[in-house]
Amino acid sequence: MSGNTLQLDKNGRLRHFLSIDGLNHHLLTEILDTAESFAGVTEQTVKKVPLLRGKTIVNLFFEASTRTRTTFELAAKRLSADVLNINITQSSTVKGETLLDTLRNLEAMHVDMFIVRHADSGAAHFIAANAAAHTSVINAGDGWHSHPTQAMLDMFTIRRVKGADFGSLRVAIVGDILHSRVARSQIHALNTLNTGEVRIVAPKTLLPADAKSLGAQVYHNLQAGIKDVDVIIMLRLQRERMQGAFLPSEHEYFELFGLTEKKLGHASPDVTVMHPGPINRGVEMDSEVADGPRSVILEQVTHGIAVRMAVMSMAMARKEVTPG
Amino acid sequence: MYAHDKAQRIQISGGRVIDPANKVDRVQNVYIADGKVIALDKAPQDFQADMEIDAHHRIVCPGLVDVSARLREPGQEQKATIATETLAAASAGITTLCCPPDTHPVIDTPAVTEFIRLRAEAAGNTRVVTLGALTQSLLGEQLSEMAALRKAGCVGVSNALKPLLNPLILRRAMEYAATFDLTVFLYPNDHWLANGGCVHEGRVATRLGLPGIPEAAETAAVARDLALIEQTGVRAHFCRLTTGRAARMIARAQYDGIPVTADVAIPYLYLSEVDISGFDSLCHLIPPLRTVEDRQQLREALQQGIASAICSDHQPHEPNAKLGPFPATEPGISGLDTLLPLSLRLVDEHSLELIDLIYLLTAGPAKILGLPYGTLSIDAEADICIFDPLAIWQLDNRTMRSHGLNTPFMGWEMKGRVTHTLLSGKLVYTLN
Repeated sequence: MSGNTLQLDKNGRLRHFLSIDGLNHHLLTEILDTAESFAGVTEQTVKKVPLLRGKTIVNLFFEASTRTRTTFELAAKRLSADVLNINITQSSTVKGETLLDTLRNLEAMHVDMFIVRHADSGAAHFIAANAAAHTSVINAGDGWHSHPTQAMLDMFTIRRVKGADFGSLRVAIVGDILHSRVARSQIHALNTLNTGEVRIVAPKTLLPADAKSLGAQVYHNLQAGIKDVDVIIMLRLQRERMQGAFLPSEHEYFELFGLTEKKLGHASPDVTVMHPGPINRGVEMDSEVADGPRSVILEQVTHGIAVRMAVMSMAMARKEVTPG
Repeated sequence: MYAHDKAQRIQISGGRVIDPANKVDRVQNVYIADGKVIALDKAPQDFQADMEIDAHHRIVCPGLVDVSARLREPGQEQKATIATETLAAASAGITTLCCPPDTHPVIDTPAVTEFIRLRAEAAGNTRVVTLGALTQSLLGEQLSEMAALRKAGCVGVSNALKPLLNPLILRRAMEYAATFDLTVFLYPNDHWLANGGCVHEGRVATRLGLPGIPEAAETAAVARDLALIEQTGVRAHFCRLTTGRAARMIARAQYDGIPVTADVAIPYLYLSEVDISGFDSLCHLIPPLRTVEDRQQLREALQQGIASAICSDHQPHEPNAKLGPFPATEPGISGLDTLLPLSLRLVDEHSLELIDLIYLLTAGPAKILGLPYGTLSIDAEADICIFDPLAIWQLDNRTMRSHGLNTPFMGWEMKGRVTHTLLSGKLVYTLN
């Protein structure tokens, strides 16, 4: 079953939100527009709309997360849904059997939506394929595969800062592409939104096979990779990559691929710097850059709530939703 | 063994008899007595058949020999048993199958070999031979008691998919196996390069974010193994080639006179990494499905005789084994039921001539296993498969005989159906 037939209902509306792969320009724009309308809500004193009143949403996290889980929870609460957080560490599950059992048990409690994070690629697809007809599944990150709400909040942030014309933009994604579900989703989203140029910058150890097939120009040199770009997205580098012989040291990585004020000079003068967080200061980027005027890292977090509200309401309503 | 009914005399009439080992392909009768083929074409003097099988418009060939089928017993009876799987094999025209040593407990003592042999004999559906473990418990550290395993009936030794601690142990194991004239069955997959991956390291792995197994996991293992085979002079067999490049390396070695053979499993001739695109766990195989180009090159390796057997690589599972996120599911396809019909498709697709295909399913694998089966020579064991090459049927829960229903070919239309299977002259399967 392809992700596409699983994600959309027969009218082409969002049923589950599993990956950007297979979603069209129209749908991504609808998500962004809906998020824009919710962004106002989050700025009001009473930050709630009654769209999902009476609905039960379960945050089903098989992998640790703070920011993603929290923003999903906030988004659900601002839509007036009841939220249940379930954290299941990998060690306490015995692979698929228990995963399916967990799902069945929760479904028996009439849950309407599952927000799923799991260390295995394809986990959200598996749960969606096996979920009861009335439930929706939102992927909050599966293995190295996909993190579609993160990608959409990044698109939302880019659109707010740079305007809706993605065709005029050059975007560089820098860092561990191989292990990054965020990068895969961002590349799909940027290409679907017809971004002028998408680049990925990394040493060969942190690139997947045939990386170009993802739909991006491949660079191994940071200065060349960010030359004249309008947006730089830095990825988080997991510290365990040093042990896996992907890299010799954090020091050499920072030297070659870390973002500094000086290196930023190669980019477009009004470049925007993004990071999905949490940042390793002094590894991916200098504090000076992270906290500097070009950084929109904290805005990304804020936008995460509106985007997640948009996706949740769309998947639940399966029709255009605007806040009342 | 299989002594009962041996006295029965059988005449198989009017079938197209294909016996690649003797380059036979013509319509003629087959006469069987005392469990052996006693004549082709003309009946021996005073032959009175106790039973006649009408084989008009059917093909009569040696019973199929499958170099790799996991029966799951002992140790994983929730997946399948020797009784269920040998019955499925008989209904698929398979009369001999070889069981790899990775059972629980592993086949590293004569007792386990004996257990499997007794269970197979009690079921009476097919011959089951075994590969002994190359190292104790397959841990890759200490050599198994190969002489004892050989004496107990193991036709070769293998470490299956488990890694050896280092190349020195492989060298010693090869030398020791060569001492007893045992064939070493190698699964070329470098454990460290494979690095726990679950799919081919290529475009699909890149898009789906699945940990990949590079082509070099296979080719580096083949290169190392070939060097050690040449060094030690052992007879070796490469199991389940998946890449065109490895096939070419083996072709070169064969040209140089190194005693190596190879096989290909049927799923790799029809599927590729592309079939995983929707996280289909039924296409989760180890070694992994490779590229479309590799699939074509594996077919060419069969045409050129580089690989001399097609096997089912049968791995039945209970449904739960395939229910989970792709990397967490167990690899393998239940393949006994589809070995013959999928292979016959290669003839329809003009990849192989029928007689050459039958060779790859009978005499070819029998030779790899060092067994006297897979032929209809006079005085050979009367292991015979009779099939209707034009019969159309659908693979579904009802037609499938294996206890494991895990196959991506479910629902496919199959052409070619076994109607009778004889094991040492005993009819072990008749279609309805």
